[in-house]
Amino acid sequence: MKRATHQSEIVDALSLQDLCRFCHADEDWVIELVEYGVLEPKGTHVESWRFRGANIVRAKKARRLNRDLGINAAGVAMVIELLEERDEIRRRLSRYEPV
Amino acid sequence: MEFKDYYEILGVKRDASADEIKKAFRKGARKYHPDVNTDADAEVKFKDVNEAYEVLKDPERRAAYDQLGKTPPPGAGGAGFQPPPGWDGGFEFTGAAPEDDSVFSDFFESLFRRGDARASRGGMGAGRGADTHAKVEISIEDAYRGASRTLRIRAPVVNPDGTVTVKDRNIAVHIPKGVQEGQHIRLAGQGTPSLGGGSAGDLFLEISFAAHPVYRASGRDLHLDLPIAPWEAALGGHVVMPTPAGKVELRIPKNARSGQKMRLKGKGLPGKPPGDIYATLKIVNPNVTTDEGRRFFEDMAKAMPFDPRANLGG
Repeated sequence: MKRATHQSEIVDALSLQDLCRFCHADEDWVIELVEYGVLEPKGTHVESWRFRGANIVRAKKARRLNRDLGINAAGVAMVIELLEERDEIRRRLSRYEPV
Repeated sequence: MEFKDYYEILGVKRDASADEIKKAFRKGARKYHPDVNTDADAEVKFKDVNEAYEVLKDPERRAAYDQLGKTPPPGAGGAGFQPPPGWDGGFEFTGAAPEDDSVFSDFFESLFRRGDARASRGGMGAGRGADTHAKVEISIEDAYRGASRTLRIRAPVVNPDGTVTVKDRNIAVHIPKGVQEGQHIRLAGQGTPSLGGGSAGDLFLEISFAAHPVYRASGRDLHLDLPIAPWEAALGGHVVMPTPAGKVELRIPKNARSGQKMRLKGKGLPGKPPGDIYATLKIVNPNVTTDEGRRFFEDMAKAMPFDPRANLGG
């Protein structure tokens, strides 16, 4: 067994191309998600867009929901918002239950 | 190898129509989608549902599978199942291979996967191996300090003959200091090896934090409930509080309320800027068991005009 520890880095500030490769999506799909406000990249032009933090995991989730359940961008936007709301409520609820 | 009853997984009869199968699949996919369903076994069920549909939606595969089902598998539950030699004789598979990185059970792979079907899809550009994704759970403490850990992940592995199987794999990973829940760690070159002599893909690990008895993380911030005694709340002063980076002193204001939030700037997860710690005060009464203790409270009751229910009305 290899004992060497592999070089690791936190994935952050992805360009449009990097994000597409990361979540196996095409550029049109990502641009649509930006138009629906699911993703909010920093930068004014498509070429200078940088996707950070929560946007990266959202993009992955959005791609899976689209691929697995056939949900379009508008539907994905709503599902993700509701899921985040639900997770937040669950987090609050868990404070009142012992771990 | 375990025999899989695809009809049972989808909850349809063996003579179900293509339409019924499609409906059952869609319902199951919605119900067990791992992004929607947070149950521990949702991901496995979702994979099963997809695998079942992958076989039953395809008339050729379904016919071959039905043929197989006529000879009941030996043993309870069908563990130790082996397809009889030449079981698929006379069937020609023309269906497309399942989409990108889906990985099915050994049962499926042994029946329906054709040689290097996966390998030919995996490459990107000039023979580069595919990227792989996995989820890992780490402790909040490790995220605070950074750590080297051996993590167990399930990942597709390319065999020498070009076929792909899913294997548990232990991998030594350096957890970068300050990594947050929901972020990904990239391990360059640890994805699927290239078959054409190109570079291997990357392995992406999605980070989640194991439930912690004290802290709850939200981005770089940490939240906790901080119990204090009634006199600490009334008089104020310094109390010692644990953080993942060690103990710190926290100043409690006079007449602190239960539920009041105190912020410790910069003591959350490290980063630029670092997160904060939010301590929610919780006034806890001592369990009074001695006469002396009881007298203290009796004196307090006499000396302090206090009606906690003054605002309830009535």
